[in-house]
Amino acid sequence: MTDVWTVIWKEWKEILFQRGSLRTGTIGLLITLGVFGIFLPLQMGRAWVESPMVLFYWLWVPLFLVSSMVADSFAGERERHTLEALLATRLSDRAILFGKIGAALGYGWGVTLASLLLGLATVNLVYGRGELLLYPANVGWGILGLSLLGAGLVADAGVLISLRASSVRQAQQTLSLAIMLLLFVPVFGAQALPTAWRKRLAEALMAADVTQFVLIAVTVMIVLNAGLLATAISRFKRARLID
Amino acid sequence: MPEIAIRSEKLTRNFGTVQAVKSLTLEVPAGIVFGFLGPNGAGKTTTIRLLLGLLEPTSGRAHVMGLDTKTQANEIRERTGALLEPAGLYERLSAEDNLDFFGRIWRLSAGGRQARIKELLTHLDLWERRKEIAGTWSRGMKQKLAVARALLHRPSLVFLDEPTAGLDPMAAAALREDLAALAAREGVTVFLTTHNLIEAERLCGQVAVIRQGELMAVGHPNELRAKSGGPQAAIAGYGFNEEMLALLRAQPEVAAASLHHGRLLIDLKGEQEIAPLVSLVVGAGGAVEEVSKSKASLEDVFLTLMQEGK
Repeated sequence: MTDVWTVIWKEWKEILFQRGSLRTGTIGLLITLGVFGIFLPLQMGRAWVESPMVLFYWLWVPLFLVSSMVADSFAGERERHTLEALLATRLSDRAILFGKIGAALGYGWGVTLASLLLGLATVNLVYGRGELLLYPANVGWGILGLSLLGAGLVADAGVLISLRASSVRQAQQTLSLAIMLLLFVPVFGAQALPTAWRKRLAEALMAADVTQFVLIAVTVMIVLNAGLLATAISRFKRARLID
Repeated sequence: MPEIAIRSEKLTRNFGTVQAVKSLTLEVPAGIVFGFLGPNGAGKTTTIRLLLGLLEPTSGRAHVMGLDTKTQANEIRERTGALLEPAGLYERLSAEDNLDFFGRIWRLSAGGRQARIKELLTHLDLWERRKEIAGTWSRGMKQKLAVARALLHRPSLVFLDEPTAGLDPMAAAALREDLAALAAREGVTVFLTTHNLIEAERLCGQVAVIRQGELMAVGHPNELRAKSGGPQAAIAGYGFNEEMLALLRAQPEVAAASLHHGRLLIDLKGEQEIAPLVSLVVGAGGAVEEVSKSKASLEDVFLTLMQEGK
């Protein structure tokens, strides 16, 4: 565990010190918090905490945050010629792999949670009128669980892609394409359905029990996470990572 | 640590149809600076990767500090340090953070890390600049930092892959001095790859020469020089003739003698004195203006071996 934390420490330090300046890294972080924690809650008002649709929103935020970092995990080390020095250390394969996944997951989920809390504070300050506005319990737990698992899913997939990509750019493109397919295929697929089917689907979604939906989504994502993680473990081979 | 730091037996590594390392059998004694010489693409870096267990051999085996590179690679990496080419520094981090990260990897305590970082950076004249971002440094400073990183956890064996490559002569000389001092002070075995023969001659207790993955020669630089022939004497002057050459060739210490552009060239069998031979030439009627005696350098040995290979 100490070794995993060591890799996470280095990854976060590199993210915060992008281009060698603490300010540059921090500004990126502040922009993210500003958009997701202040601007959008102000735009949406009380719906920010009252609508169950925010579940989809908070599922998307960590995908975006993690994907921006995880593509760099191995492809970036390879591109900057630091990978071999890292592989020549005493760190085990799993410590390196879990460290990379943990860093991306921690960053994505951490910033998501910070944005979530900041958003709650913003909505309460501006629209609360003396009343404490909170997410309903099932939606709140759903946000926490789904955002964590969503972040994990992208972290696992991103590391897998980054392991084999020849450059950060290639890894980013492949990962973006995968996320786009994941998000847009259901939307466009639903639009391609006959009108009667679409109507029935919309009715089913409106009538769906939020708790049931969250439980099903969490189960599916746990299975997907486990599958991707197992694949990443089996594909991480030191000898294959060196040219 | 065992007396033999590295032992390889018929170590071979192929990449497709290319044999990068061919049946390499080698022993590196502990506690010395061992030079692994060869031109670009000779298989030096591949050998280091094999010894660190970063690559698996196609056939053959190797033991590093008594540990098998195939089955105990993690233990080998635990006990060794490596400066690979390129050095692989985190250029967005400060010099201190670079060392701090590797100190954490080797589980040095916070206090131990700080003390060791200060000790190494002070010795390498980099302590005052430790807070600077490594990416902004000159190549020479980066190489020094990478050397410090390789020695940070006090390994008993260090692999240095062309540590002075790309440095200007001043920086290379300074780094060589630092390396020699550090190696002596820390008492480590150093496996150094280079194609800089002056560097090898100055630093190494033993050298091996590799060409196209094949070991051509191994031994102390003096042994290799001796194998390639003894010293040579050149006598400039006039009045030299065939009779004089016959007289010289008859001497037991002379391996060969020839007349070339009016100069007498004499190959000696060993570290012989030249004065009796000069007297012989003068006694036979020759007029001597200048006498010089030279030994084969490691460069001569290296070039001869490369030619033989072709």
